[in-house]
Amino acid sequence: MMKKLLLSAGLGVCLALGACGGSGDGKKKDDVPRVFDPFPSTYAAYPSAPTLITNATVLDGKGGRIDGGSVLIEGGKITAVGTDLAATEGAVTINAAGKWVTPGIIDNHSHLGAYPSPGVDAHGDGNEVSGPVTAEVWVEHSVWPQDPGFTRALAGGITSLQILPGSANLFGGRGVVLKNVPARSVQEMKFPGAPHTLKMACGENPKRVYGYGRGSFPGGAPYSRMGNVAGYRAAWIEAADYKKKWDKFLDGEGEQPARNLELETLAGALNGDILVHMHCYRADEMAIILDLSKEFGYKVASFHHAVEAYKIADKLADYGTCSSMWADWWGFKMEAYDGIRENIPMVHNAGACAIVHSDSDIGIQRLNQEAAKAWSDGKRAGIDIPIEEAWQWLSLNPAKSLGIDARTGSLEPGKMADVVVWSANPFSVYAQAEQVYIDGALMYDRNDPAIQPVMDFELGQPGEGDRK
Amino acid sequence: MIRSLILGLVALCLAPVAAAEPVAILGEKVWTGTAQGTLTNGVVVIDNGKIVSVGTGAAPAGMPQVKAEWVTPGLISAFSRTGITEVPGEKSANDTGAGGSPFSAALSAADGFNPDATPIAVTRLEGFTRIAVAPDARAKLFAGQGFLADTSGQPGSVFKDRAFAFIVLGERGASLSGGSRPAAWAALRGAFDDVRFFTARYMTHNDGNVLTRMDAQAFMPAVKGEQLILIEARRTSDLEAIMDFKQENPMLKIAIVGADEGWRVADRLAAMKIPVIMDAFSNLPASFSQLAATSENAARLARAGVPVAIVNLDDASHQARLAAQIAGNAVANGLPFDTAMKALTTVPAEIFGMSGLGVLAPGARADVVAWDGDPLEITSAPVAVFIDGVSEPMESRQTKLRDRYLSLDHTDRPLAYKH
Repeated sequence: MMKKLLLSAGLGVCLALGACGGSGDGKKKDDVPRVFDPFPSTYAAYPSAPTLITNATVLDGKGGRIDGGSVLIEGGKITAVGTDLAATEGAVTINAAGKWVTPGIIDNHSHLGAYPSPGVDAHGDGNEVSGPVTAEVWVEHSVWPQDPGFTRALAGGITSLQILPGSANLFGGRGVVLKNVPARSVQEMKFPGAPHTLKMACGENPKRVYGYGRGSFPGGAPYSRMGNVAGYRAAWIEAADYKKKWDKFLDGEGEQPARNLELETLAGALNGDILVHMHCYRADEMAIILDLSKEFGYKVASFHHAVEAYKIADKLADYGTCSSMWADWWGFKMEAYDGIRENIPMVHNAGACAIVHSDSDIGIQRLNQEAAKAWSDGKRAGIDIPIEEAWQWLSLNPAKSLGIDARTGSLEPGKMADVVVWSANPFSVYAQAEQVYIDGALMYDRNDPAIQPVMDFELGQPGEGDRK
Repeated sequence: MIRSLILGLVALCLAPVAAAEPVAILGEKVWTGTAQGTLTNGVVVIDNGKIVSVGTGAAPAGMPQVKAEWVTPGLISAFSRTGITEVPGEKSANDTGAGGSPFSAALSAADGFNPDATPIAVTRLEGFTRIAVAPDARAKLFAGQGFLADTSGQPGSVFKDRAFAFIVLGERGASLSGGSRPAAWAALRGAFDDVRFFTARYMTHNDGNVLTRMDAQAFMPAVKGEQLILIEARRTSDLEAIMDFKQENPMLKIAIVGADEGWRVADRLAAMKIPVIMDAFSNLPASFSQLAATSENAARLARAGVPVAIVNLDDASHQARLAAQIAGNAVANGLPFDTAMKALTTVPAEIFGMSGLGVLAPGARADVVAWDGDPLEITSAPVAVFIDGVSEPMESRQTKLRDRYLSLDHTDRPLAYKH
């Protein structure tokens, strides 16, 4: 679905190349700002040996389970998944008897790097709170690659993640999808060709921050939920107009319109090139956003913190969007008051796309456990979902929401070898990620301190990593 | 419906149990928390609010039975804010702290306790039968008085008011004291002097260095060593300073909350018999006071002989229940299972002097939880919870919401008619 959405936009191809060069058709394509990426990915897979993991319980990530299964990794890709695979010559063979193998976990809601550790004042780069519409900011410009949180997430089996700006604003800015590799710059982490994303927010946060969060009565707009919706609509109307001007120009009519960073992002979302990720707790608000998206012709890729998704799981399934959820967070504010432990399995059971997300530098370290809690609570409520199916909440569904599911998120030949070897059933509290491969390269080994990254900030400190 | 499903699953042959009637609770494994260890096919008999016997063999005839995979003592949350805020983000529904109050050490969290608060049942459903509840420090480093309660949700569930004083040092204490650690220590020492010279300073006027008359009075038992003091601190140097202070004031009864870098001073903590109430999830240099945080902190502290209680410091009001998951993770990072169980039962009971709680032993209070699996495992849940021998309802506002929306069919009537 996401893929179609992207390809139909045409310009998505440009994005996949990272940046668009001149193409000699009279108009330079780098004048097309909606998709232009002046900060392209410089990520390249690290060297990997051909590797055969055998005798494992393999969850392929798309609903299949193979007992006594094998996964073959060659050239950074998965080349085979099955039972009787032969190692290619020179391949490293790992006997994973008693262990489980899954696709790497993808967290589609993280603020690592933007709200890094240590959480000192100078590191509060996660939210451009200066106005209710800051679609012009890109969170990648806030990401500090030296955040030790990336390494702890890696130890929890996170191979890709989306960094989002915070939720103060109606439009918080662009998110970015990263490969979870230590790097000197964010460009060295950017998932090559991943679509850009746009963070939006419903509910309490925007109206609190702008309406009555600043000590004066009344503050600015929005002051209420109806103010929120008016704010979205006003911005989308402006963006539609901007998009029309650029479309005309691209059709050869008129002067080149002036660039506007804010509207570039919004127009990209209307165009389908930029995927909309929307913080929205309450069921009734999500229902309004579904209609709002139809009014302006864009699609919500995923609702985030969708604490009440279970109340409208049927509507979410019909529309075809995902819900990114916690297993059991609830009650810390009014819009989280109706959180229940069975939210994720109830959404899944309705045929909607369910995702386990973290929004936390602690939670991201064990999203498998969060899935397990939800899975078992669902089971007790009579929703019996096989583990292999539930694993979609952790890899394939978040990959879909980020438009990268054709390339990662499951163990299928041709896909990136983003793979985790677990010490035991990862739905157990006692299981640990033992080896984490990203594009076939072993980036973390729990049993080998030499293959455990330590960020610059940690060097020379009393800790130097998690377990020194 | 859900309830009947659970009953079916675990073969819970429970005749309607009136308050504190005799029940035999059978577990494939019974973790006692005593020298009896973990019994296989154990039987715990309770009557009249007390545990009568803990052993193996046949259950007494003619007694209602609960059968489950695991049986444990009721879990104890050693540090929570459960029941003193319904919605932390709403000022009107949050009694955890009072930044605008002229008082500090005298603030008694029990005055804000509401047994009807929805997090109480939510916490009970996960096997926690007792909670230590601490106020939050908002105006000064002296947060006030904490209390002990059960999770029955009944009036009178506070069983020990003013059970401990809570104070905050380290970065938070510094900021609450004007901006530095020296300011925090000046305030703490000044407060001790206020109490010690109470008569001279307050008899004729309110003239303490740090505390108001009422605060000084409330802080008095702590200073005299008659009341437990919980002290929040994380950094190694803060922990050393607290231990130095304790050495200067040996009568003090203290326990540390946090101790993210505690493993670096584990031997000294053990030698001084100072227990630690910690969150084993803390493994990030999240501040300059946590640079040595490690997921092995619990294991290393315990190995040195420090009594360790495990809690969730991240969301202590609504998610105190996650302490069992956190303890399970500590096991995965080297803490022995038995020690992890004690971190949720016997150690909190010892820290707070809760006699007859945290263990399954004849004569102990009948706080018993029957589980459908290993209590530290994330996929396990309680099937029955007893507090003082009373079989507690396994229902919360959350389970009612779940049951309402399990089917979204509203062709005949809106879902609001399902209740």
